[in-house]
Amino acid sequence: MPIELDPKVPAGPLEDKWDEHKFSIRLVNPANKRKYRIIVVGTGLAGASAAASFGELGYNVDVFTYHDSPRRAHSIAAQGGINAAKNYQNDGDSVFRLFYDTIKGGDYRSREANVYRLAQVSLNIIDQAVAQGVPFAREYGGLLDNRSFGGAQVSRTFYARGQTGQQLLLGAYQALMRQVHAGTVTLHTRKEMLDLVTKDGRAVGIIVRDLTTGEITSHSAHAVVLATGGYANVYYLSTNAMNCNATAIWRAHKKGAAFANPCFTQIHPTCIPQSDEFQSKLTLMSESLRNDGRIWVPKNPGDDRPPNEIPEDERDYYLERMYPAFGNLVPRDVASRAAKRMVDSGHGVGPRHNGVYLDFADAIARLGKHVIEERYGNLFEMYERITDENPYEVPMRIYPAPHYTMGGLWVDYNLMTTIPGLFAIGEANFSDHGANRLGASALMQGLADGYFVLPYTIGDYLADYLNTDPVPTDDPAFTEARNAVEDQIARFLQSRGTRTVDHYHRELGRILWDYCGMSRSAEGLQKALSEIPALYEEFKTDVRVLGENETVNQSLEKAGRVDDFFQLGLLMCIDALQREESCGAHFREEYQTPEGEALRRDDEFSYVSAWEWTGAEPVLHREPLTFEFVTPTTRSYK
Amino acid sequence: MNITLQVWRQAKPSSPGGFKTYLVEDVSPDMSFLEMLDVLNERLVLQGEEPITFESDCREGICGACGVMINGLPHGPQLGTATCQLHMRKFSDGDTITVEPWRAAAFPVVKDLMVDRSAFDRIIEAGGYISVNTGSPPDANEIPVPKPVADTAFDAAACIGCGACVAACPNGAANLFTAAKVAHLNLLPQGQPERWDRVVAMVDTMEEFFGSCTNHGECEKACPKSISIDFIALLNHDYVKAKFKNRRLVAQQG
Repeated sequence: MPIELDPKVPAGPLEDKWDEHKFSIRLVNPANKRKYRIIVVGTGLAGASAAASFGELGYNVDVFTYHDSPRRAHSIAAQGGINAAKNYQNDGDSVFRLFYDTIKGGDYRSREANVYRLAQVSLNIIDQAVAQGVPFAREYGGLLDNRSFGGAQVSRTFYARGQTGQQLLLGAYQALMRQVHAGTVTLHTRKEMLDLVTKDGRAVGIIVRDLTTGEITSHSAHAVVLATGGYANVYYLSTNAMNCNATAIWRAHKKGAAFANPCFTQIHPTCIPQSDEFQSKLTLMSESLRNDGRIWVPKNPGDDRPPNEIPEDERDYYLERMYPAFGNLVPRDVASRAAKRMVDSGHGVGPRHNGVYLDFADAIARLGKHVIEERYGNLFEMYERITDENPYEVPMRIYPAPHYTMGGLWVDYNLMTTIPGLFAIGEANFSDHGANRLGASALMQGLADGYFVLPYTIGDYLADYLNTDPVPTDDPAFTEARNAVEDQIARFLQSRGTRTVDHYHRELGRILWDYCGMSRSAEGLQKALSEIPALYEEFKTDVRVLGENETVNQSLEKAGRVDDFFQLGLLMCIDALQREESCGAHFREEYQTPEGEALRRDDEFSYVSAWEWTGAEPVLHREPLTFEFVTPTTRSYK
Repeated sequence: MNITLQVWRQAKPSSPGGFKTYLVEDVSPDMSFLEMLDVLNERLVLQGEEPITFESDCREGICGACGVMINGLPHGPQLGTATCQLHMRKFSDGDTITVEPWRAAAFPVVKDLMVDRSAFDRIIEAGGYISVNTGSPPDANEIPVPKPVADTAFDAAACIGCGACVAACPNGAANLFTAAKVAHLNLLPQGQPERWDRVVAMVDTMEEFFGSCTNHGECEKACPKSISIDFIALLNHDYVKAKFKNRRLVAQQG
């Protein structure tokens, strides 16, 4: 079926769009909700909050996770905080300002109406979380505390020490378990979705594999919601958890869901630099550290003196120098590229010269060690455990690493993909962050989609299917999808090649990091486009997967995920090559200002790239971005 | 460093398991314990032996997926540290390290070092939440929470659900896990309406799966988040009190 991009953005003034839309779309009455079945895949912030909210409304929900418990989802690892335009600090915040900061931070590559709605419902999220018992940081008067984050000049970030994601996820997980107890939600743990089933162009169910027994089962429903997170693990080394993968969204893409802006991948500026070749993942140090830490490098390249012996006038606090207005709190893409420039020009620090300093000496002198300990104690401990260095005494070393993906399945204003009945929420969709996400906005978006957007908008789709049964799982559509899944598993188990799955993942990651990472060029991307298919061919014939299907087989699980990463990596490079401009996290070397900043080309590229899978060359569809309420300008954080 | 590992291998829940010895050479002290297992696994695959199954996900000590017995201690020798955050610099060249799955009747082995901890979800399902539907709460600042209360609730809420407390307990009790959630919610003003029902429901469910607490205190020592055993006292306090509470009068009694 040909793809048509209809964003379904409601008309009218920006601040009324969501209210108008909620009124004009169809609802399902309470007694009828129990006649519907909804599948939710993923139990992170978006999935758990959506499944819990559907259950409360009376829908029958099946929720799937490949973890042993919903609480393990990677949202749990988010550290710094969640934004909301509460203006509790009386510093001039408003819904419009949060909207504006997010649009600007995303370098004018997101949809105005979606972002405004996000800023509006941010208020409800904090209320909801507090009522659930999420222990946000508080002032002595008992009211909520806030801190600042990159890309904003107000303090609007709510936080729970350095474990905000954990506490918000536990809140959503608890709400979900309450519905499991109530019988509205059926929980399926250790089940991995391996295909989407479509019939007559609609999403009607999924195929899953039980990770402990290898059993393949079919599940049908009136609608399918993917809340399966992002794909930064395509780079092998990233801050994502080991199991994060793109399989659910990629296989949905191959069934007809357009994939939007795949090359918009965020490289987070403050991660612990790689220490050796064996490293399996990189560890993030929360962006909140940039509130009190000062970033610097030695002025002289190759200065190997210990940091405490480098005098003040031989240090370059380069972010404060280049961006005096925002200083150390510039957005992530700007901070990351600046760090890369410093390291590339020989100013890198540490044993491998692959980092910059993040120094707390001034903050400790100004506020006292106990204040810093209260704000960031757990992060400092984590840093010391990994590096064996004490950041209260020695500056931290940090370097950018893949962290988040703004790209994802294309969705309309209702969060529905180009396959009717298939919805994508949270990091799995592309909707709100444009070409760069601001800190503390991922938690906000995941919960906005799950608690406050999809529970309303899904009704408009479901209304058409009242009193119809889900497609039975013995339908040929299910059998066909099942057979394809079983064939792929059999192929992996038969191909007793010579190299491990991880070997291929590492090699793929290296190509993508080199040519489709923090900066990209036509030449490099062309190179990646010739290297990736060659490596993929080798992978298909030479990968070694031992063991069997019938017991836990982690190599087999990973082989399927890496297979999808190859195909996705290719699309990322195609997208990056096609977008001949620099915007946000997508930095094309050919398009930069004389100062080395991203040079957007609004006249030609002010659109969302939505790619259609064809089996051969992907086909590009464009969703034009129009700006009625803000005027795109060159971002300045000076 | 050269390390000798004695690792528990068990093909499936119903088959007998046993220790297998592996020599891991050229271990860098900067590697994490799990990275060392990754390296061993890659070598095993190349030698034609099935890799060791173990769970891990975030590798930042927060998801709670990882956890093995290392020389008889849950998460190994470093206090307040999950297995994924333990680094090889805590060991010495030539060490022999024994690696086993969690030891607890309530956590049956799935394969090798992987166990089934779903009993924890049953405890939360029984009442580890505040019943508030999406969309109904008041403004967040209408519920002031004194800072010491919020801080203590947070200390309890820091639990990652890894199961080390159960694995460390000679009785296989889950009181620290249950107490952490009960304390988190029962300390907060938002948790008061369901306080007494919550503690009874969670404790009763806990007892279906786990052994009884006899105050050994091993759980606190094993906890990667150093959650205090004091919360078990609070759990017991609330449980006993709940048995005497007239629920119709709680608004008067506080």
